[in-house]
Order: sequence, then C-alpha cells, then structure tokens
Amino acid sequence: MCVLAHIIEAAGIATVTLASMRPVAEKIAAPRVLHGEFPLGRPLGKPGDPEFQHDVLARAFALLDAPSGPVLESHPEVIEESTDAVSCQIPPAFDADASPAVAEARGIRKAYDRIVERRGVTTVGRAIDADTVPAALEALERVIGGTPLKEAELPGKNTVAVCHDIRTYYEEAAIELAAGPVAGGRAIENWFFDETEAGKVVLAARAALSDQGAPFPFWFYMAPGHR
Amino acid sequence: MSGDAPMRSFAANLPAPEFTDAAFVTPVPLAEAKVAIVTSAALHRANDDAFGQDDASYREIPRDARDLVLGHWSPNFDRAGFTADLNVVFPIDRLEELAERGVIGSVAERHFSFAGNQPDDLATIIHDSGPAAAAELKADGIDVVLLTPV
Repeated sequence: MCVLAHIIEAAGIATVTLASMRPVAEKIAAPRVLHGEFPLGRPLGKPGDPEFQHDVLARAFALLDAPSGPVLESHPEVIEESTDAVSCQIPPAFDADASPAVAEARGIRKAYDRIVERRGVTTVGRAIDADTVPAALEALERVIGGTPLKEAELPGKNTVAVCHDIRTYYEEAAIELAAGPVAGGRAIENWFFDETEAGKVVLAARAALSDQGAPFPFWFYMAPGHR
Repeated sequence: MSGDAPMRSFAANLPAPEFTDAAFVTPVPLAEAKVAIVTSAALHRANDDAFGQDDASYREIPRDARDLVLGHWSPNFDRAGFTADLNVVFPIDRLEELAERGVIGSVAERHFSFAGNQPDDLATIIHDSGPAAAAELKADGIDVVLLTPV
C-alpha cells in the first residue's frame, strides 16, 4: 500500500495511506501515513461504527496540511484482535447418514442464504459454491482418512481456494447467527477453527496433506499460518 | 493464540523497496478535493474477474458499487469485519458523507483495487500496473487518494 502511495504521488496526486504495520510504513516512508494498530483486515478499525471510522479519516486527512513529508502518525487507540470465539449457536443438524461436519454445513445453510440475500453478494465462489461445500468437506475427510489428494475427488481442486470458500461460507453464516454488535477481529475465525466441525476437518486435512508430502503451498495456506 | 502478531513480525522483516527523491504533492484544499480510494484488499465486483494468486493487476470499482467480493488470497487476516461492514476496508459510504458535509470536495466516480499479496519484488506494480492506475486517477482529475491496506 505504501509502495502504491509513492507511485501515485509521483503522478502528481496527493496520497494519504492508512497503514496497519508501523515498522513497514517507517521503512517505505510513504508521503503521509496514518498508522492504526487495529486488527489486520480492519484498516478503519471498527466495522459498524461510522463515528470511529470518521475519526480515523479525519486524522488521516489532517495529514494533508503538513507542509512537507514524509509524515507518519499513529491513531491513539489500539485495538487488539479478539482471542475469544464469537458466541454463535449452530442450528442442530439431524442427518444420521452424514458426518458431523457435513451435517453441520447443511445446518447453517439457511443462515448463509439469509446473509447473502441481505448483502446481495457472497465471497464464496473462488473454487466452489455454497451447494458444493458438503461435498468438499467429504473429500477433505477422505484425505484425512489417507486417500491421496489426487484420488480424493476434491471439487474445485485448488485446496487453498476450496478451504477459503468453506471458511467464508461459515463466516458469512456466523455473522448472521451471532447476535449483537460485530465481533472483534478474528473472533469469527476463532469460532470456525476452534469450534466448528468443518474447521477441525480443514486443519486435519491440512496436517494430512503435509504428512503426505504435498507441496507446501498446497496445504500451508489452507488455514492461517499460526494454526 | 495470536494471529496478528506473527504476521506483524513477518512483515517487519520483509525487504522494502526504496524510493529516492520521493514526490510530495501539495494538494488543493480538502474541501475542494476530488477523493478516490485505492485499496489492496483485492476487492472486485461479483461479476468482475477474480484476482489470481500473485495477481499484480487492478480492478475498477464504480462509486455506487456495493456488490464487492474480498478477493485477497491470504488466509492470515480478519475477513469478517469486511463482511459485516465493507467500510472497515473500503470507506466509500464515509466519503459520501464527508462530501455531503462539505468536508471533501467530491467523491471519485471510480476507485481502484489491487491485491495485497504480491511477489516480494513488486516489480509489476512498481513499473507497470501501479503507474497505469495512477495515470487513470490523474485522467479522472483526482486530487487526493486514500489508500487502505489489507
């Protein structure tokens, strides 16, 4: 982001950069930077809080008054990521023929459909659509059971893209299922990986692929690096 | 278990390109400025081309588009905030409010999105797609660009 600021400024346009990582911003020294120590993925700090977002923007645009640069300031409020999981009631699934993860995925479908209807868009679809999530989980369960990836018939094929879609399907549904204000940074990620059956399947399939000797990029990026 | 801390440590140790003789533009007053957003969240419209892995190209986002997909390939950041409120990444509604209040001059008719996950040397963005996007912004008469990362 700071690199693009230099490029755009060189074209004769003033830039203001919001930065999430102060050490990186210091190194690249873009013309005007407001650093916010906010959860990664939330450069305006707080979803659903227009007042706070306006405060960030006001501090950022104020840097345009500086007579020379580079200028780098930090927003005074630090927002830590959440170490808890969002409280999210998964509808009970009654499906004796399905694995726990597959039954669970089917159980949250209505919540997923509601938020897609409300938002008018979904980020699921990089490799598979919502209809295919249960089949993808079944394929990952085969990998966990020892089936080599090439024989597991994974719909969508690209393990990283498929896991992105599974996670996003769950996360979008979770926003619909969780009551109250928007959860803290990573609280919904924590719910997916720590509390859902699908999250456990993704992590176990990732470990199985690593054990199978699959190429590093095939399995590592199926989940956040710290998991 | 923290997810942000290892990402911050990792990024702090990445090589950073150096810009000598960096430009510093004196803008028109903010109340007269036409403002555009450039984000590295790999946002794109649902019916637009998705970003590939290591994709250094960019997408246009029309001012009124809200059907935005978060196309970033990294699994290492919070995505739910964007799903709940796209303004936490792409503060387009906040810009519209600032324009209504007269704080900024106007909101650009189109905004631009890159993918934040890039090859380490950033060569294509530095020499090709970055200057191309900058030229489009210049052609649109943009005075101020707000850059938002992911």
